[in-house]
Amino acid sequence: MENSNSAVSLRNITKRFGATTANDHVTLDIRKGEILALLGENGSGKTTLMNMISGIYYPDEGQILINGRETVISSPKDAIDLGIGMIHQHFKLVDVLTAAENIELGLGGKLNLKQTAKKIHDICSAYGFEVDPNQKVYDMSVSQKQTVEIVKVLYRGADILILDEPTAVLTPQETEKLFTVLRNMRDSGKAIVIITHKMHEVESISDRVAILRKGQYVGEKMTKDTNAQEMTNMMVGHTVALNIERPEPVAPKPRIQVKDLTVLDEEGIVKLDHVSFTAYSGEILGVAGISGCGQKELLEAIAGLQVTEPGSSISYITDDGQKEELIGKDPLEIQEMGVALSFVPEDRLGMGLVGSMDINDNMMLRSFRHGHTAFTDRKAPHEVAEQVVDELEVATPSLNTPVSRLSGGNVQKILVGREITTAPSVLLTAYAVRGLDINSSYTIYHLINEQKKQGVAVIYVGEDLDVLLELADRILVLCGGKVSGILPGRNAIKSQVGMMMTHMGGIKGDEK
Amino acid sequence: MTKNKREPLIHITKRVNIPIWFPLVVHAVALLLALVACAILTLVMTGENPFSLLNSIINGSFGSSRKIWVMLQNTAMLLCVSLAVTPAFRMRFWNIGAEGQTLIACLASAACMILLRDILPNWAIIVCMAAASMLAGAVWGLIPAIFKSKWGTNETLFTLMMNYIATQLVAFFCVVWESPKGSGQIGIINQRTELGWLPVIGGQRYLLNVIVVGLICLAMHFYLRYSKHGFEISVVGESVKTAHYVGIKVEKVIIRTMILSGAVCGIAGFLLVGATNHTLTTTLVNGRGFTAVMVSWLAKFSPFWMIMISMLLVVLERGAGEISTKFGLNQSYSDMLTGIILFFIIGSEFFIMYRVHLRKPGDKEGKLHV
Repeated sequence: MENSNSAVSLRNITKRFGATTANDHVTLDIRKGEILALLGENGSGKTTLMNMISGIYYPDEGQILINGRETVISSPKDAIDLGIGMIHQHFKLVDVLTAAENIELGLGGKLNLKQTAKKIHDICSAYGFEVDPNQKVYDMSVSQKQTVEIVKVLYRGADILILDEPTAVLTPQETEKLFTVLRNMRDSGKAIVIITHKMHEVESISDRVAILRKGQYVGEKMTKDTNAQEMTNMMVGHTVALNIERPEPVAPKPRIQVKDLTVLDEEGIVKLDHVSFTAYSGEILGVAGISGCGQKELLEAIAGLQVTEPGSSISYITDDGQKEELIGKDPLEIQEMGVALSFVPEDRLGMGLVGSMDINDNMMLRSFRHGHTAFTDRKAPHEVAEQVVDELEVATPSLNTPVSRLSGGNVQKILVGREITTAPSVLLTAYAVRGLDINSSYTIYHLINEQKKQGVAVIYVGEDLDVLLELADRILVLCGGKVSGILPGRNAIKSQVGMMMTHMGGIKGDEK
Repeated sequence: MTKNKREPLIHITKRVNIPIWFPLVVHAVALLLALVACAILTLVMTGENPFSLLNSIINGSFGSSRKIWVMLQNTAMLLCVSLAVTPAFRMRFWNIGAEGQTLIACLASAACMILLRDILPNWAIIVCMAAASMLAGAVWGLIPAIFKSKWGTNETLFTLMMNYIATQLVAFFCVVWESPKGSGQIGIINQRTELGWLPVIGGQRYLLNVIVVGLICLAMHFYLRYSKHGFEISVVGESVKTAHYVGIKVEKVIIRTMILSGAVCGIAGFLLVGATNHTLTTTLVNGRGFTAVMVSWLAKFSPFWMIMISMLLVVLERGAGEISTKFGLNQSYSDMLTGIILFFIIGSEFFIMYRVHLRKPGDKEGKLHV
């Protein structure tokens, strides 16, 4: 085409799902030796577009040109044959096999693991990866698994790499490592597309950004010529204020006191190890940590959903200073004391909402026991539903729409909104903005701040360190189930928190 | 837009916003096509006029007032078992043991009729029969529920195995209580005294069954749609994690729901022995426990749709039977016809959920509906 440097050229690509148009005549070039960041709000069609390049979907209209030649990609195998590799958010590896076995898996020919190991070694040294071919996947950290996925794709000869939110599960240090590798790959002439919601990452890694809004291509910029504010405005279509307010806590009082909390999982592995801290009213306590370091167990233990080990203690402290032990109470009693948990799991709907039920019924989950008859009261939840949809601007065709049909951002607004309407005194929230676009994220931050101002003790588990540093009054850092320190949010430094997440930096404040 | 030579020929997309009438139309078309297929088959095999075939099907269920009542009775019994399995299904508890739960209830009813006939008055026997049947069915449902909720055993295998235990128990007691001696069969129980026989109301032997099942149907609808229990069942079915999260005790709900399921099967067994057959055989339930699974699914777990579906299946079954007798074919032929019809109806479910686009080579996009 006009640019011989194009690895992939999309021309007027359209894809419809029933009544919705996911991609509307999108024209876009992916160039060799360049890292392209694909930006857009949730539901703007980024993943759909990439899925068409990797053969998962087939476009309804338009052409795809690979290296300047028109091509039909009708299956993932076609895509691999064309040198296209996609690294998905969820890894597709066999746990009980080694790295080398996983990489070889699915390829024809004789199995020669020695040769495979050598080839893996060559790829690793070319780009700066570290992979032990003989390590089993179940022994690997998330970042190691991701590395195996990337090596797997390169092993199959990919020249075009697509990464869908690769940094969501990584620590700042791991992210930096990944970026170094990506830069090496770019310099060797590969075409790289990265999907991410984190603006500072876009600024640090990409050469060019392409922006989608509601399925349409809005435009592109060279990264060096633009900034986060401009990119966000292009994504959203209007100006968005990109600052998070952090009012000083007003008259904080101890609300939840956790002492020596220890939790084992079903296999007897320690998930939380003598965790102690106090959360205050009117304050946001941020919890930082690599995913799977006990954040989930911590919140679930407070909400009464986790079995705790003897010696653990979680007390709820009322305004007049009376302590009440939460361990041993059932989730229902704890809820009624004013502890609300909004946990957004990876699949969004897994805990807290029922996907096939409509908004009314999902509101009823909290209140269906009210009243003395054997029958449910449907009027009150309906009113709550109206209120939440109205106040949080949930985009939904009606209150009778199953929540699984709504976009991720709206689903999360419903969950967080419902928890807030129970007028909690403690709000536990985990990954509240997981996968949400920037606009919805700020709505959620605002909601959480509102709760803080009303004197609610907020425990906020987050993935994005930059946000944690801006939002939280104090930051508790978890590392492998232990508290590696509690820092004041206003002057914490990102690299320091990152170190504490991996326990590398000699933090003296180590508890226990 | 240029044309591609390797475009996929068939392109399947999921339907969105399915209108309420749509499944009905698809099912009706499927039924029609099934009848056409049956007609062609019959025409080829027997040379009979296809319209006389249709006539026979209708005649099989609506030919005389007796036939209508038999059809209604069969519909009621199938509906009763279908209603019984439904709460468990809504909870995603795949109970395929309704056959055994009903049969063990039949055994309990028959046992009361035989063992209590010299001890208690008629009304007391009937009360005992009802209680014993529901208890027996409930126990048969409770056992797999306990194992599932405590140790996570597979409920499908477990409930299936419970069927065989029930069959063997019935076979054993058929010999213990055989009458006349040496026949290995029970025969009609209390034929002379009619002790434990449910009263005939309105001069119609089967009317009582129809009324009882109708009431159960209504009650089940309200239970599932509007009660707190019904809501808990739906939440447990959709997401066990969410259920824990909102403080629903999942084990309790599983056990409670399976007791209910089993008890409703128990009522079916009670009616089969007390009102319909007055005897006990290993085949008394006649596969209804399995057909009920299909009824419940086809009706999307909605009690009122189950009335339609179970009636449809009964009419088809009786019609197919009528055809094979009329045209001198054996029972296998009627099974074939029923099979064809079910194949079409179940197959049509796919077209309710998905839309198929066919692209003809060298042609613009063509759409194939249904």
